[in-house]
Amino acid sequence: MKDCHLINLAGERLLALPSGVLFMERQQALVVSDLHFGKSERNSRRGGPLLPPFETRDTMARLEADIVRTDAKTVVCLGDSFDDTDAGHNLPESDRQWLARLQTGRTWIWVEGNHDPGAMNLGGQHVQEARIGALTLRHIARPGETKEISGHFHPKFTLNARGTRISRRCFVHDDNRVVLPAYGTFTGGMDCLEPELRGLFANDAFAVTTGQEARVFPLPPARSATRPRLRRGSPG
Amino acid sequence: MSPLPPRFHAWFTANGWQAHPHQLAMLEQAALPAVLLIAPTGGGKTLAGFLPSLVELADNPAPGLHTLYISPLKALAADIARNLAKPISDIGLNIRVEDRTGDTSATRKKRQRADPPHILLTTPESLALLLSYEDAPRMFAGLKRVVVDEIHALSESKRGDQLMLCLARLQTLCPNLRRTGLSATVDDPHDIARMFAPHPARCRIIHADPGPAPDITMLDTEEPPPWSGGGGAYAIAAIMEQVRRHKTTLIFHNTRAQAEIFFHKLWLANSEALPIGIHHGSLAREQRERVEAAMVRGDLSAIVCTGSLDLGIDWGDVDLVIQVGAPKNIKRLVQRIGRANHQYDAPSKAILVPANRFEVVECLAALQAVREHDLDGAPRGPGARDVLCQHILITACSGPFDKDRLFDEVTTCGDFSSLAREQFEACFGFVATGGYALRRYDRWQRLVQRPDGLWQLRDPRQASRIRMNIGTIQDADLLKVRMKNRMGGKPLGEVEEHFAASLSHGDTFLIGGRIVRYEGLKEAVVEVSPDAAKRPRVAVYSGTRFSNSTQLSHRILRLLQNGDWPEMPQHTRDWLTRQREISLLPQPDRLLVETFPEGGRQYMCVFGFAGRNAMQTLGLLLTMRMEHSGLHPLGFVATDYATLIWGLDPVVEPGPLFDPVRLREGFENWLAGNAVMKRTFRGVATIAGLIERNSAGLRKSGRQTLFSSDILYDTLLRYDPGHVLMDITRDEALRGLVDFGRIEEMLTRVADNIDHVPLRSPSPLSAPLFLEIGKVAIQGAANEKLLAQEEERMMKSAGLDQFT
Repeated sequence: MKDCHLINLAGERLLALPSGVLFMERQQALVVSDLHFGKSERNSRRGGPLLPPFETRDTMARLEADIVRTDAKTVVCLGDSFDDTDAGHNLPESDRQWLARLQTGRTWIWVEGNHDPGAMNLGGQHVQEARIGALTLRHIARPGETKEISGHFHPKFTLNARGTRISRRCFVHDDNRVVLPAYGTFTGGMDCLEPELRGLFANDAFAVTTGQEARVFPLPPARSATRPRLRRGSPG
Repeated sequence: MSPLPPRFHAWFTANGWQAHPHQLAMLEQAALPAVLLIAPTGGGKTLAGFLPSLVELADNPAPGLHTLYISPLKALAADIARNLAKPISDIGLNIRVEDRTGDTSATRKKRQRADPPHILLTTPESLALLLSYEDAPRMFAGLKRVVVDEIHALSESKRGDQLMLCLARLQTLCPNLRRTGLSATVDDPHDIARMFAPHPARCRIIHADPGPAPDITMLDTEEPPPWSGGGGAYAIAAIMEQVRRHKTTLIFHNTRAQAEIFFHKLWLANSEALPIGIHHGSLAREQRERVEAAMVRGDLSAIVCTGSLDLGIDWGDVDLVIQVGAPKNIKRLVQRIGRANHQYDAPSKAILVPANRFEVVECLAALQAVREHDLDGAPRGPGARDVLCQHILITACSGPFDKDRLFDEVTTCGDFSSLAREQFEACFGFVATGGYALRRYDRWQRLVQRPDGLWQLRDPRQASRIRMNIGTIQDADLLKVRMKNRMGGKPLGEVEEHFAASLSHGDTFLIGGRIVRYEGLKEAVVEVSPDAAKRPRVAVYSGTRFSNSTQLSHRILRLLQNGDWPEMPQHTRDWLTRQREISLLPQPDRLLVETFPEGGRQYMCVFGFAGRNAMQTLGLLLTMRMEHSGLHPLGFVATDYATLIWGLDPVVEPGPLFDPVRLREGFENWLAGNAVMKRTFRGVATIAGLIERNSAGLRKSGRQTLFSSDILYDTLLRYDPGHVLMDITRDEALRGLVDFGRIEEMLTRVADNIDHVPLRSPSPLSAPLFLEIGKVAIQGAANEKLLAQEEERMMKSAGLDQFT
């Protein structure tokens, strides 16, 4: 797990994987957020552009790889697992079977999100929030709360390295909470310095970027008007 | 017998004018289905276009639309409205003229649809929007003529494709519609005529008298131009002198950044405080309008500008055009020179200012080409299929339609006349169901077929969403620049998002000719404050750089063969003579490749003369092949004429690197994952309607709902690489930014004739490349490496390096 980053939260050892899932070592629980299955289906149903209908299988394939890699005994989907309730109901049969295969032999927990309220009849348990070890897992972070894992914001970290702008989905954490990146293939992101998101965290907070390896960056303090900028890009 | 009715004749006479022969010819040919007028700037082109309408409407015109005028610029439409007002009121005509653009108020637009004027002045995008309404047939009923201004400019972009599709639609609504195109001087009028006429009808071409030959020279300066760079700063004093001697001078630059830097330096040298303004596309509208108004009043001695002044608005008494930097394209140069032609019978006066040593040769080649009336131009490609996708959507907005008839209509456009039925079906399939392979989704439908066989939108409410995204103009992601609020919040212009992201607090840069300090980014607006610095810390925001046209490149190659170059300045002659002594001069049918060591690295310089984009692509392909051959390339830099590659090992035998088969193979692999493809895809996907630029409420509901087009590209590449949008993207990248066609052209031109010259140090011709900016480093895992380095540095500087 050399490519992962270890976060200590209330005595729990949490591994941030470069793929964007969080692994609770002691409980062997895999936490993943904002899968947004069925996003293209919902989009077309609502009269938007017809996006390529491949994102569910792409997301599912990556999730399967993470489950295999971590040999997780429990999988917690941290809300907005479906782009909306109908997207859940309309999930094609092949994807349902795939999902059932992933659920076999392990505990599967659907935490409710703002996009997917209500149980979906797709196996597993449906909960408002979950408690695992010392931690509470819910979709949207509660300001002032501690020992919490959540998703919802789709955080993204943008860096300017020698004139090259690199933007990555990221975990954000401080001593009280972790916010997970969105995992779904067709999900955009919110800069983790947006006040709405940055404001949830203490001054000493970190972004852990996804990609080939998880990498950790200290976040600039809240209410800063400027973007983080590390080195001037030379024109050459 | 003059075709001019007495009242019109009297008007010309009263003003002391005489109608130009081409104006009369336009009247005589007014009954033809399609006419194209080629006339230089200042030749009364617009009046020639309108005369037939004014004459037809002279006596008791019936209400309703008679003539539709389309120009590429909103400002031009407003300008024409003013210009037409004069003859209409002087002659006492009862003709209503109105313009309609994105700036027209909603109430007025609504009234125009119910009660259209006789002459409506508009833009291609506004016309497309009008045609998307269900009442289009009623509004355009009785339309007799359509006049397309500056058609040469439109013909070079997708806006032209969209316009031609709209004209085909209009022609169906009004079968007797007559078309008139107005064009500046172009290389191949027949090419534009084929595009413009309803296929297969012929288009009559009328040539106006081109007027006297321009008086065009290259600037002589005391100081020779620098070895590289593009600013022309060395010539400031000489240019200032020219400005002093003329009434109004236009100083054209090839990029906005160069215009800004030059303007700043010119201003510092402007000891007499002559009124000089700046005008380019990144400036705020208010700024531009102020400069335009001052110009029309004749208040300005000089305007530093870019292509934003290329189109035919009458800017007053310009008597000198200065082009700084090689013109890259002769046709554009000729059109710019025409700006100094306010008197039709006087020659336009223009001066070329080479920005560096090599550009002396380029400018000279351009001068010759202008004198010989040898304009350049690439043959027109087929109509853009992403525009066709949008057109199908627009058609669906206007009501149920028959697919076969739409196909027939589309193929009456010259550029779509060879569109294969399968290509049309693929575009239609994309619009109707997304056109995805592997799975068919019942719910994946934007269009549905009715029992009577016609197609319509599945959900009529989609129409407003589609209308919001009409158009083919691709703005880079631009951010507005404003003075910080407590200082008035004055808008200054726009910069690219990428540039804005590279700024940090306190950085200073140039915009609108002034130095400002970056304060921060607030709700997608760059906030700045005035700064007293003499010199901006960050000088450049990028802009597109044009490639030399093929014709100009060939001309330069021929010029280099010309013996002793008596027409060139001494410094350039010395430079070329030295090159001939030490190495060889590049030749049209051979490829010169020099290799030499320098500063511990091994260099290879390839003089391909294929234009910047193609030379850049060649650099990528060659370094890839060198990597495979274990030659350890480290980086390269490309200009219009050469690519310079450096690495750890010397290239002993360059020949095999240029094997066309292997080069093309590498190209196929490289292309798929390339950033240029992703950029091209974004444009294609936006125009075709896969990505919405504008969508009500989406921005407010949170940016996390938007995701990048790169993800769509990657998804299609993985799951559906044969998708029609991928196909369109590929086609377009090959012709545009990747420009592989010109590499092929170069390889065909030189065949096996590769001259390898090993040297002990850089040659005179390759040396300036060392000073070029825009070097590309070859690093496979560059981003991961950069991230890792920054992580370590930041954690260390935060005192947290022991933390991980």
